[in-house]
Amino acid sequence: MSIRDQILGRLDAALKNTNCQPLYAEHEDRSVVTEYYQYTPEQRVERLTKMMQASHSEVHQVSEKNWPAKLLDLMQAKQLNNLVIGDNTPHGQQLTNHWKEFDETPDLKSCQRDIEQWKDELFHNTDAALTGSRGGIAATGSIIVWPTPEEPRLISLVPPVHFILLRASTIHNSFAEVMALEKWQQGLPTNALLISGPSKTADIQLTLAYGAHGPRELIVLIVNDMETR
Amino acid sequence: MTEIIASSTTNTSTFAQRTTDAVNDPELRKNFRAAMDFLIEKRQSVFDSDDELQRLRRLGNRIRSRALSKLPQLLQQLETNLTNNGIKVHWAETPEQANAIIYQIIEQKNASKVVKGKSMVSEEVEMNDYLIERNIECVESDMGEYIIQLDNEKPSHIIMPAIHKTAEDVAHLFKKHIPGTEYNEDVDFLIQTGRKVLRKIFYEADIGVSGVNFAVAETGTLCLVENEGNGRMSTTVPDVHIAITGIEKVVELLSDVPPLYSLLTRSATGQEVTTYFNMISSPRKEGEHDGPREVHLVLLDNGRSQAYADTQLRDTLNCIRCGACINHCPVYTRVGGHAYGTVYPGPIGKILSPHLLGMEETKDLPGASSLCGACGEVCPVKIPIPDILLRLRQESVHPDRSGQSEYKPTLKGQGAKYSSKEHSLWRTWAMVYSSPRMYAFISFLATRFGRLMPRRLTPWGKARTLPQPARKSLHQMVKERQA
Repeated sequence: MSIRDQILGRLDAALKNTNCQPLYAEHEDRSVVTEYYQYTPEQRVERLTKMMQASHSEVHQVSEKNWPAKLLDLMQAKQLNNLVIGDNTPHGQQLTNHWKEFDETPDLKSCQRDIEQWKDELFHNTDAALTGSRGGIAATGSIIVWPTPEEPRLISLVPPVHFILLRASTIHNSFAEVMALEKWQQGLPTNALLISGPSKTADIQLTLAYGAHGPRELIVLIVNDMETR
Repeated sequence: MTEIIASSTTNTSTFAQRTTDAVNDPELRKNFRAAMDFLIEKRQSVFDSDDELQRLRRLGNRIRSRALSKLPQLLQQLETNLTNNGIKVHWAETPEQANAIIYQIIEQKNASKVVKGKSMVSEEVEMNDYLIERNIECVESDMGEYIIQLDNEKPSHIIMPAIHKTAEDVAHLFKKHIPGTEYNEDVDFLIQTGRKVLRKIFYEADIGVSGVNFAVAETGTLCLVENEGNGRMSTTVPDVHIAITGIEKVVELLSDVPPLYSLLTRSATGQEVTTYFNMISSPRKEGEHDGPREVHLVLLDNGRSQAYADTQLRDTLNCIRCGACINHCPVYTRVGGHAYGTVYPGPIGKILSPHLLGMEETKDLPGASSLCGACGEVCPVKIPIPDILLRLRQESVHPDRSGQSEYKPTLKGQGAKYSSKEHSLWRTWAMVYSSPRMYAFISFLATRFGRLMPRRLTPWGKARTLPQPARKSLHQMVKERQA
């Protein structure tokens, strides 16, 4: 008998010997996971902003039109020389087009290539990245990122600064709510992430330090798309 | 069986010796007290509604109990869904088997460099030692784990492995082990130093190893909870990702994850949420530009099915490894994590380790509790730790009758603490207390001659002031009053 079958056999026997009956989720009261986290759309933006700032993220309100300009300002203020973008994405294209109008902009790098081709560049010569997001979570101040071939997993992790675009209309109340609403159980991507701040650690003497292994700075651009929706 | 040894700093032989050394170290007691107080306060402040906390705990308990109520079925469902998603599943009964599986994957890839995200199960199987013995470089990437690996130590806490070290300790350590590093006890400097060293490790690693916080049967998803980003690095940069976890970590539904995640981060460090919640459902797919091309999951039993076989002890497997019981334990706060001599310290370690290591090696642990009940009160999934401790105390002195036919011991090494001397002492005690005549005779002796007892009746009296029997017993005084 394989090790697998031995382990499963023992577990099965234990259930039988202890006369253990299966429990069912339908009998559970799950209201507690959503009840405390009910907000209006405006409150969601407020709560998410407050929570993200508390975890050391920078949050800016921007419009559909002006965000590329705001991003340029921030890049220049932070003296960042280059930015990785998913140039096939609508926001990647919007940014590229907008920045074309200026003489001096940071270099734009494309992530439309296998990591093996540019691992060294990503690790050693990339200042910042821009990614979109799937949505936000007001309760905990989190951003939902499902990396795609257009915006792969490592660009939101390796560069020291991560800019993230979040549409206000996609901010949900809680993790439990968005998961149920969007029926995540029917199909998850290769990698799904919640990002709730810059990388941090308190492993030395419980003293908080930022930029442990991931981005030192997380800058969230909340696009106000509420009226247009 | 793997022998879990204590760290090099506390490598004294017995539990009694280690705890004695620990309580005699005022610096260590001060560090742990301060750290635990901080964590207790943080937890309290993040659960601002007691109603929410209690309802969430009930739900957490229910979710975990439900998973255990159909564990074999869920493990098979998990295996099927992971396999369909392209993740390879391996099963290991013992630490040796788990290590062999991991080593085999490494060998097949002709790999030599492993980077590890935080994983208590990999500590449990002592994977680093196993791989290093076979000339595989294996570097811890969680800052705390990296620090103690440099010092050749074991974690002293399951969430904050280097909690026993001060910034000065780390500064000395970095100066000694990282070429070109000056002594500097600024925490930001130290973390940036660690970041720089470990970036290179991530960049070069062939294999990434991680633990798993929740394995979702419904979708075939491995969930990792972290703040640093080393978990994401370890599971995304190298070409192969190997996750290792205990068989109890499976949950049935994806919707089981949000309440457990919330309970975990709030109970562990008083955080509403961690920086990253990382859900992995497959290796790199066609057309994707990064991520490992292979993902493996090693499911380890190592005594868990023994706990599972007993209705009461099964509750041990509800644990989501938040460490709240450790943070609130008055014993842990005084002796620190290394004194236990096991990978999992504190209350959860006391009820889990006997299954992983057998009773012989852990016989003193169930007794090392004041039974104050704090652990049970804060446990986010309501594990009745004090009740289980009492049960294990009984099991530790129940003689092992494994030679007899039909007899199946509840625990490996059951009865390891049994002593015929202690046994007869208690039998005599019971005899005296159930016979009014004998009781009267003994109390007569005690009131007349009790003062002649030696002052230091060892071992009980070693650390305690012995009570002095009164000159008159209560019975006697009541009689006189009635007269």
